[in-house]
Amino acid sequence: MTTRIFGSGIRRREDPRLITGRASYTDDIKLPGTLHAAILRSPYAHANIKSVDASGAASQPGVVAVYTGADTDGVLNPLPCAWLIPGSDLKTPAHPPVAKDKVRYVGDAVAVVVAESRYQAEDALEQIAVDYEPLDVVINPKAAAQDGAPQIHDDVPNNIAFTWAVAGGDADAAFADAAVTVSDTITLQRLIANPMEPRSALAQWNAPMGELTLWSTSQNPHIARFLTCVVTGVPEHKIRVIAPEVGGGFGSKIPYYADEAITAFCSMKLGVPVKWTETRSENYLITTQGRDHIEEVEMAATSDGVITGLRTTVYAGLGGYLSTASPGIPTILHGLMYSGPYNIPNISGTVYGVFNNGCPVDAYRGAGRPEATTLLERLVDLVAAAVGQDPAEVRRKNLIPKFENGHDVATGITYDSGDYESALDSCLSAAGYEALRAEQAQARAEGRCVGIGVSSYVEICGLGPSQVAGAVGFQGGLWESAIIRFYPTGKVNVMVGSSPHGQGEETTFAQIVAGEVGVDVDDVEVLHGDTDNTPMGWGTYGSRTTAVSGAAIAVAARKIKEKSRALAAHLLEAAPEDIEYEDGRFFVRGSPDQHKTIQDIALMANVAWNMPEGMEPGLEASAFYDPPNFTYPFGAHVAVVEVDPETGHIDLQRYVAVDDCGVQINPMIVEGQVHGGVVQGVGPALWEGAVYDDDGQLVTGSMLDYALPRADLLPEIEVHSNTTPSPHHPLGVKGIGEAGTIASTPTVYNAVMDALRPLGVTRVDMPLTPEKVWRAINDARNGG
Amino acid sequence: MFPAQFTYHRAGSVAEAVQLLSNNEGAKILAGGHSLLPLMKLRLAAPAVLVDIGRIEALKGISASGGGITIGALTTHAEIASSDLVRQHAPVLAEAAALVGDPAVRNRGTIGGSVSHADPASDQPTVLTALGATFNVTGPGGDRGIAAADFATGLLENALNDNEVLTSISVPSVPSGAGSAYVKFSHPASRYAVVGAAAILAVSGGTCSSASVAVGGIETTPARASSVEAALAGSDLSEAALDAAAAAVGGDLNGDPMGDVFASAEYRRAMASVYVRRALGAAASRAG
Repeated sequence: MTTRIFGSGIRRREDPRLITGRASYTDDIKLPGTLHAAILRSPYAHANIKSVDASGAASQPGVVAVYTGADTDGVLNPLPCAWLIPGSDLKTPAHPPVAKDKVRYVGDAVAVVVAESRYQAEDALEQIAVDYEPLDVVINPKAAAQDGAPQIHDDVPNNIAFTWAVAGGDADAAFADAAVTVSDTITLQRLIANPMEPRSALAQWNAPMGELTLWSTSQNPHIARFLTCVVTGVPEHKIRVIAPEVGGGFGSKIPYYADEAITAFCSMKLGVPVKWTETRSENYLITTQGRDHIEEVEMAATSDGVITGLRTTVYAGLGGYLSTASPGIPTILHGLMYSGPYNIPNISGTVYGVFNNGCPVDAYRGAGRPEATTLLERLVDLVAAAVGQDPAEVRRKNLIPKFENGHDVATGITYDSGDYESALDSCLSAAGYEALRAEQAQARAEGRCVGIGVSSYVEICGLGPSQVAGAVGFQGGLWESAIIRFYPTGKVNVMVGSSPHGQGEETTFAQIVAGEVGVDVDDVEVLHGDTDNTPMGWGTYGSRTTAVSGAAIAVAARKIKEKSRALAAHLLEAAPEDIEYEDGRFFVRGSPDQHKTIQDIALMANVAWNMPEGMEPGLEASAFYDPPNFTYPFGAHVAVVEVDPETGHIDLQRYVAVDDCGVQINPMIVEGQVHGGVVQGVGPALWEGAVYDDDGQLVTGSMLDYALPRADLLPEIEVHSNTTPSPHHPLGVKGIGEAGTIASTPTVYNAVMDALRPLGVTRVDMPLTPEKVWRAINDARNGG
Repeated sequence: MFPAQFTYHRAGSVAEAVQLLSNNEGAKILAGGHSLLPLMKLRLAAPAVLVDIGRIEALKGISASGGGITIGALTTHAEIASSDLVRQHAPVLAEAAALVGDPAVRNRGTIGGSVSHADPASDQPTVLTALGATFNVTGPGGDRGIAAADFATGLLENALNDNEVLTSISVPSVPSGAGSAYVKFSHPASRYAVVGAAAILAVSGGTCSSASVAVGGIETTPARASSVEAALAGSDLSEAALDAAAAAVGGDLNGDPMGDVFASAEYRRAMASVYVRRALGAAASRAG
């Protein structure tokens, strides 16, 4: 029965230690003699540093050392940007780990105090005198790109770090000929990732060996090792990065930060372990944020609602510096997805990556694709309204027909497989769409503001072919590797270079091995996160871990199976081609009693008393898997809302999701990912947004002001799925980590706009807070 | 989140707490810690001395007293929300207590700490203002009572002297047959009241014999809505009467309305009449 473990919703094996508080996170690790770092952060969003006097801090109780930018300058290299998109005139101004001459956002590091306790270090920070010369500040990314805006980096005029374009067909001709054109300006506000565990770093420098060990809250410890080498100069093979338990990341733990480099610097200077753990307030100021798009978008269509063209101009805020992957997010992961699930023959998009005086922006769950899906789904609804047709029907007539092995779109990429209309049909059916529209008509007749939102989406994940990574300027590969090692007792270690941090791969990866070679899932232990005992890998983000790392495991497991078959044949004195396999047993065809279990094979391979001629001892296999293409999960979602026009409050009453992520290894985990993903996308539609004032101060600096989604504000999320296997993946899987977030923001936004349409409201910026909705209603009533 | 250094004292009695406060200028009282500690961790407050009153048994519990109930200052929101005595004598207080924050806050936060913090977005100060409660305090010179409406003197400021301890709150019973309600516009993040409205309506012979209404969250202290009350007195509590009364709340908001990035002053003022109207409707439906 063991093979059926693959595809079943078994409980997550990592949960007991997580939910009983017995998991060990970076800040839990206590090394003898550890000192504690606190980092002085700029209170100004943009200022020249005229002087730093740290002498007052050095004499404070418990203080061991104080370092400023003058100390790190020339010792630590600038923090590199690792996604150098080609053809965009990308400028990469230096990002010093400790600011020396200028600060560019509130939270920029200016000095560090190392003390015997964190309390002492924090107290001493108050004794550092910094003379700032405040400069003009710009936050809005479009305003930052205009002539005369405050210039944040000397060598970046108009703050434009890059101008990137995507084109296919002839968009201008399509618009010139269009019977219908619609347009909108969409703001996708800055979002704070809010992992449960803030970031933390613990550095231990072993001077005699010249070795640096860095415990770090990273989604990608092998990349962290690589970049630690780049920034500190310690050779890569002398660096060990350990991401122990990591409490969520949502993209914000992909980048390599100043704080890790500063912590390593302090340990290397002092020769003792140094720990720095972010406070929640710091997390809000300095840990990369998401989105920050202003999108000026328009769509052309026939009078019957057939889409003929799309044009976009996007201003993507980058913050004060380029973060590790930031240029790739609003370009490769955004602009290349402009066709969505639709046939759009003519596409033209321009993306300006713009520095502004906020926290650096980088990947945040969905990373570029929610920003693309939101603009498409908004425009499709506007087309539907313009031609007077049901938005679901307009989607249906524009969806790419079912395809099983490759479909090219105008942006130049090739989707793997898709059945978008089936997903839409499944969702409309599950939601009872026709009945919902009838209920809506009834509600409207009673004067109630009920709205129904529909969206279709396709996303790009499973990143990705390394050749493509190189072609689009990603400064690394995107393959994954795995080692499967059987011990004499038949127990198994699986070592992977990816780094799960809450997604449940300790369970699903064991299910893959169980499914391939028939061991009990509880006999498989998955190891990840430590660069010293895992093979190379590029990390966990972009819904790639199951798609790429999982494929490597499947390929390695199949090597184990073939070796086991050969050894079984030898031990059973049969020809290998006469050996059959079922449920962890290798037997001679026609004689199932003549068999060896996988455990028998593991023992015999490890003791190696009787191996076939030329066969190596041991039962271990490794695989390096470089995917031939990205994967393209898709789906359709429906939301129902009711708006209270007297207050502007929005009640999200129903949410129905149909996602097609290919073959599912564990449907319960898929459902959990959809739940979390949907909620994380509803947040920015209704509540979430990082707000900076005109001086660049973060107004939403704590959870008292930054409104995360709460369970009591959400309906039950109705989760359904279809299965369209990826044609190029060994297991047919695609990825599900981001789908919900990509789909739910536009679904809920469209539902609210549908509710408000009879009142004459045409647009409201997200998040759709009660006051904004109330003002839009009042303005519309007053003819505004 | 690392507070500045402070000295900690645990008081065994109210008298000892008063003594500690008298002896340590700038000392702050620590009760449930839900208001003070976050300010200290953000270094927005840095008291040199904390006097922890959290284990003084005399400050805990709810008891019936002549014509009402007395609630010890250390009584938690959760205890108030589930108290039969409160539900019997002042059900609106239990209703509001159940809406404070989230379960963790309700289990740890105290009514005395909440009112002393004098955050105008807190729920209970508004409700206690409508109820006409009295705050009992003890200082070096003995005991005194402060009317709920006079307790908060400004944003995060109260009428306590530096060496006084709030010991209990006396809440008069609502009139027999009265209907009461607290209706709240919760901030989606903090769960504090963007607008909170409390109403207690007594009915006699089909007309409103007494009305007590207060609104919070809009100005720096909770406001007794006397214009609304005047409009209700003697009315038939019809829908039209409630509409007219709620609309009068603008006349009770003569101060300086607060506004922030989530809800502007203009919006809060507009919501005052909406939430007063909803509180009146709920209270009227429960009266009789």
